[in-house]
Amino acid sequence: MKEKLVLVGNGMAGVRTLEELLKLDPERYEITVFGAEPWPNYNRIMLSPVLAGEKTVDDIILNDRAWYEENGIALHTGDAVVRIDRAGRKVLTGQGEEVPYDRLLLATGSNPFIIPVPGHDKKGVIGFRDIADVETMLEAAKKYEKAVVIGGGLLGLEAANGLMKNGMDVTVVHLMDILMERQLDAPAANLLKASLEAQGMKFLMETQTSEILGDGRAQGVKFADGSEIEADLVVMAVGIRPNIGLAQAAGIHCERGIVVNDTMQTYDPRIYAVGECVQHRGQTYGLVAPLFEQAKVAANHLAQIGIARYEGSVTSTKLKVTGIDLFSAGEFNEQEGDETLVLQDPGMGSYKKLVVRDNRIKGAVLYGDTIDGTWYFQLLRDGTDISAFRNTILFGQHDLGDAGHGDETRVAALPDDAEICGCNGVCKGEIVDAIVTKGLFTLDDVKAHTKAASSCGSCTGLVESILASTVGEGYDATPSKKPLCGCTEYSHDEIIAGIKEHELKTMDAVRGFFEWKNPDGCAACRPALNYYLLANWPGEYHDDPQSRFINERAHGNIQKDGTYSVVPRLFGGLCTPEQLRAIADVADKYQVPEMKVTGGQRIDLFGVRKEDLPLMWKDLSEAGFVSGHAYGKALRTVKTCAGKNWCRFGTQDSTGLGVRLEELTWGSWMPHKFKLAVSGCPRNCAEATIKDFGVVCVDSGYELHIGGNGGIKVRVTDLLCKVGTEEAVLEYCGAFIQKYREEAHYLERTAPWVERVGFDYVKQAIVDDEAQRKALYERFKYSQQFAQIDPWKAVAEGKDQHEFQPIEITAA
Amino acid sequence: MNNWIEIAALEDIPRLGSRVVKTDTMNVAVFRTRDDQVFALKDECPHKQGPLSQGIVSGTTVTCPLHNWKIDLDSGCATGPDEGCTNAFRTKVENGKVYLSI
Repeated sequence: MKEKLVLVGNGMAGVRTLEELLKLDPERYEITVFGAEPWPNYNRIMLSPVLAGEKTVDDIILNDRAWYEENGIALHTGDAVVRIDRAGRKVLTGQGEEVPYDRLLLATGSNPFIIPVPGHDKKGVIGFRDIADVETMLEAAKKYEKAVVIGGGLLGLEAANGLMKNGMDVTVVHLMDILMERQLDAPAANLLKASLEAQGMKFLMETQTSEILGDGRAQGVKFADGSEIEADLVVMAVGIRPNIGLAQAAGIHCERGIVVNDTMQTYDPRIYAVGECVQHRGQTYGLVAPLFEQAKVAANHLAQIGIARYEGSVTSTKLKVTGIDLFSAGEFNEQEGDETLVLQDPGMGSYKKLVVRDNRIKGAVLYGDTIDGTWYFQLLRDGTDISAFRNTILFGQHDLGDAGHGDETRVAALPDDAEICGCNGVCKGEIVDAIVTKGLFTLDDVKAHTKAASSCGSCTGLVESILASTVGEGYDATPSKKPLCGCTEYSHDEIIAGIKEHELKTMDAVRGFFEWKNPDGCAACRPALNYYLLANWPGEYHDDPQSRFINERAHGNIQKDGTYSVVPRLFGGLCTPEQLRAIADVADKYQVPEMKVTGGQRIDLFGVRKEDLPLMWKDLSEAGFVSGHAYGKALRTVKTCAGKNWCRFGTQDSTGLGVRLEELTWGSWMPHKFKLAVSGCPRNCAEATIKDFGVVCVDSGYELHIGGNGGIKVRVTDLLCKVGTEEAVLEYCGAFIQKYREEAHYLERTAPWVERVGFDYVKQAIVDDEAQRKALYERFKYSQQFAQIDPWKAVAEGKDQHEFQPIEITAA
Repeated sequence: MNNWIEIAALEDIPRLGSRVVKTDTMNVAVFRTRDDQVFALKDECPHKQGPLSQGIVSGTTVTCPLHNWKIDLDSGCATGPDEGCTNAFRTKVENGKVYLSI
């Protein structure tokens, strides 16, 4: 018999938990849901647009009744649970229902705080919390003229804006001297106040309410200084209180909220709680993104997987008032010792402030131009060292989209038919439509449903911005701790550390140790684990071809028609007439339809049938070639310029050094592709400063550059150091590669890796710490013993024939 | 109608891998799972006809190498939210031999 799960509270946090649970283990529970409101689960954060007339109630329903039916969930709306009988393990409702439970999930949300001034219980005095409140306000707007909103916070201003849109004359009463003081500093709040005033909103600042006046129905508000104003409707939006009455009455430990541990469990082990009713590590949350993180964790434990932990959230806020862009996150009011970066342009109505401590963003307030909010927020949560780009950080992330798009990346202003994802041809309108109609909250959801940002990933920032601007604070930003893939809760770093520390040497050992959800893993984690094991246990771990992407399994690049391309290695880009003749002979023999010179100074033969690959490699191998690894997450090419043997400007033997570097490094598997270049002088004809490792020769030696990229996002290298001999170049290069191989995440190029860990960290390890450099270099050379076995020759000699030979049958 | 054709020994197909079977009219991808179940699909992804035989197999799905669509080996249909199906064929394993019915 199935266990029984009862959810009290049919809101966003509770139902999200059910959704996560159904994904993990749809069969475990018989589920019953109680909601006090008469609606199925709706998007509470979209109440403001409903009030403002920009959306209807139907638009904001997240799970309609059919969803509950399809998932076999018994839904009771309009019936509140009034008592929990913990000893008898059942809940009792106002309408007299009794439902037993094995596990109970409390998601009772919060209540608006109604200031207990005289008259607070008069008709026409309401909070702003649910659809019923919205309906009351809309009704009032039809009959009456004057509204007072008490509370100049996020919710109060959204309510005031909505009432104003419905034609009411609205005054906002605020106790403090600045609006939204929990999200804004004084300059931003003043800009906000000015633009709301320009729209017709009135404000009474530093004003304390003392009484609601009126005869039965509210007719006015009286203040502590004795003054009064008229009001037909009074909206109290001064805060929310976690709704803990039910839990408290049942004897479950509560403080400000229902106290839970990192697994979202209350003091009663059968009872879990999520959402606004919860107090976790002393914090309560009123925004939706943290609630979703909690939902994920609770679902994980309800499914008895038992590995997820909630460790608290940093939140960001966006005001949903049309025409006003405002963003805030973290500790935006500086404390002693903090530094403040400010960019203010009163003419453009924009204000940006970042609070920085130890070169890390601690808080941000943006007004007017909020497009970079998601970027600053990501930097904040990742604790990224911003010293490398601090001088331009206030100007924003101009390379959000493809390189060179510049201001085109201001998504909010883009028309619906603007193409966002150039790989898959997805326009802004399609993305917005999918987010709204399918109720998407995460980047991964948007990627799965629209394919935007799912190929090269260069538009990820744009898609995140669209998501953020479409759903406001509901945007469930990628958590700072990102699991390796959907099979696990653990991050790349945790898994890399675990492989080393616990000497995990097979894929099954890793998946067992980290409690993988799928025994086989998936197409995302299998190649990653295969790489991590290969990099950590050279000579011990046996490569698993079935965990490699086809290009690496077949040692060639698969093309759109299912044929392959073949690139023989030309060390340093040098070649001889014999080599060119051999390549030409092979191309003739196998009727290669097209050849081209690659960007890395090699020759590519396109359109080769898979079954011809071993034969072709045999011929190439006999002519002295090895695989060029143009298909792999591996050392690709060393590009060189002519150098001092020929060039009148050349200062060193760049080609000779390029050949030596390629001989040292070829065959090495990497987290991602890896490119080198050697230029013979600072004219840099080999374009060494956009390579993963680049050498620029100068008269007195060799400048070593790292972390460049000429692809999706162009990044110029950082100058690592200058050395005097070719031997030193080889040592520094090998050490840098090994550091990258051991520590970067799979599929992370050196450019984002260097930015993530910080250039100084890499420099310290490679340049300042001689012992570490030498040890890294030794480990690299050791692993190369096992890597420099030509895969083409191995296949030509009979390895893995099943991969290349089809089975031919003729139908009888 | 069951036209069983013997195509290979089970060992000839790598675990969590596949072999391509060429017939007169099309290519068929024959997959073997970790627990030695065998499935056969027309070797064309419903999305852009990518060769599914070249994908990574996990559980009873294969991920197309071209654009990462995940296809269910049993039904030949894409797993959500993608939509589309390729032909699935019957297979059986007897005495270590794999048979295919097209």
